[in-house]
Amino acid sequence: MFQDIFQSEKLIEALVIVKTEFPLAIFETLYVTIVSTAFAIIIGLPLGVFLATGDKQGILPLPKGILKGLNTLINLLRSVPFLILMIMVIPITRHIVGTSVGTTASIVPLVIASAPFVARLFESSFREINPDIIEAAQSMGATPLQIIWKVLIPESIPSLISNGTIAITTILGYSAMSGIIGGGGLGKIAINYGYYRYKTLVMIFAVILLVLMVIAFQLLGDYLAKKSDKRFTA
Amino acid sequence: MIELKNVSKTFSQANAKTHALKGVSLTIEKGDIYGIIGMSGAGKSTLIRCINMLERPTSGQVLIDGIDVGTLKAKELLKIRRSLAMIFQNFNLLEQRTSLENISFPLELSGVSSKEAKKVSLELLELVGLASKKNAYPSQLSGGQKQRIAIARALATNPKVLLLDEATSALDPKTTENILDLIKDINKNLGITVILITHQMEVVENICNKVAILDDGAIVKRGKKECFKTYFNLKN
Repeated sequence: MFQDIFQSEKLIEALVIVKTEFPLAIFETLYVTIVSTAFAIIIGLPLGVFLATGDKQGILPLPKGILKGLNTLINLLRSVPFLILMIMVIPITRHIVGTSVGTTASIVPLVIASAPFVARLFESSFREINPDIIEAAQSMGATPLQIIWKVLIPESIPSLISNGTIAITTILGYSAMSGIIGGGGLGKIAINYGYYRYKTLVMIFAVILLVLMVIAFQLLGDYLAKKSDKRFTA
Repeated sequence: MIELKNVSKTFSQANAKTHALKGVSLTIEKGDIYGIIGMSGAGKSTLIRCINMLERPTSGQVLIDGIDVGTLKAKELLKIRRSLAMIFQNFNLLEQRTSLENISFPLELSGVSSKEAKKVSLELLELVGLASKKNAYPSQLSGGQKQRIAIARALATNPKVLLLDEATSALDPKTTENILDLIKDINKNLGITVILITHQMEVVENICNKVAILDDGAIVKRGKKECFKTYFNLKN
């Protein structure tokens, strides 16, 4: 199939599709990715704090059952493949958004799938903090909440940004899959034209754009993480 | 005045019990520079952490000005901790804050306005001789400078007592001397009681007026420094 894709009429046809459909698709992909990531962080950050501080010896000990339940729920959600999770949560999506198809509707499964992922990533960020620094704050009479707000979170900002970057690129990849349930964006274009209508060239363009977006997010995340880190300023 | 009465601490793991402290009693008077010296594993760190309840004694009492700190409620304990400032071997500064912000950190914790906190912090930076480093991050400072910032931070909340946890063990001899001079000045000029644990004889020789030797969780000898002539080369 690759021999004839560079024939001029196919290329022209593909370029027309790129010109007419891609601007909206790029917007939809960015919209879904950014909104989903924002919600995933809003939910994942406190969960990450609970996971990292909730042990018996931790800063904010939680009842053992609650911590165990939280861990189990996160492991469960993390182990369901996204394609299946998307279909399983359709009733929840319908309840929240009012419909189970479309771009906005695809945000619900994305958040459900990625919030536990973000919680785990952020948990690992918090666990990197030197326990001696936390002990120092305790020796100054800091309350558990002060330790979380003034030590744990600010001291792990660079690591949170790095892990947030991993999250947003993963969510971008997932969002492309949501084309299956009618979510818009570059993923839908790639599936609809490339898979259902054999327009390989359109699919390739869509994939190239997705790759470029991932690279852009990664570069931006690396830059921000490095810039925010005061540990290596010589 | 700080009194330790028969303080014991036992760490229990799955099937092993470690007796870190075995009935330690000490009396530290106001204005003392009290040195507790011992080898690694003697229980020094546990002992100093029992004073501010970072470690809770398994039995015995810690009295600070007559108050049994082991019986305090969480909120009162946090308040007492603010009057017992601790200084650490590895400085334990917040890496993402400047020197100035590190010093104002304990003030923020106790709810002082940011304007007031900044004013106090600048004065303290002056006191420890690092006014020019106010916007430097810990990664840009030497070990001795970091410890000066940590001392300034400890002084921010007007503590009655400084607890030094091997505060000079990570520093070279020259820097150690400078830091000890600073501690001596603070003790003399601000009237702050100092309790320090160390394995360095020269620290005790240099600044302490009272000494206790801790061995295997128990005090084997204690008293005024003059009583330790056979142990140290006392200059005077």
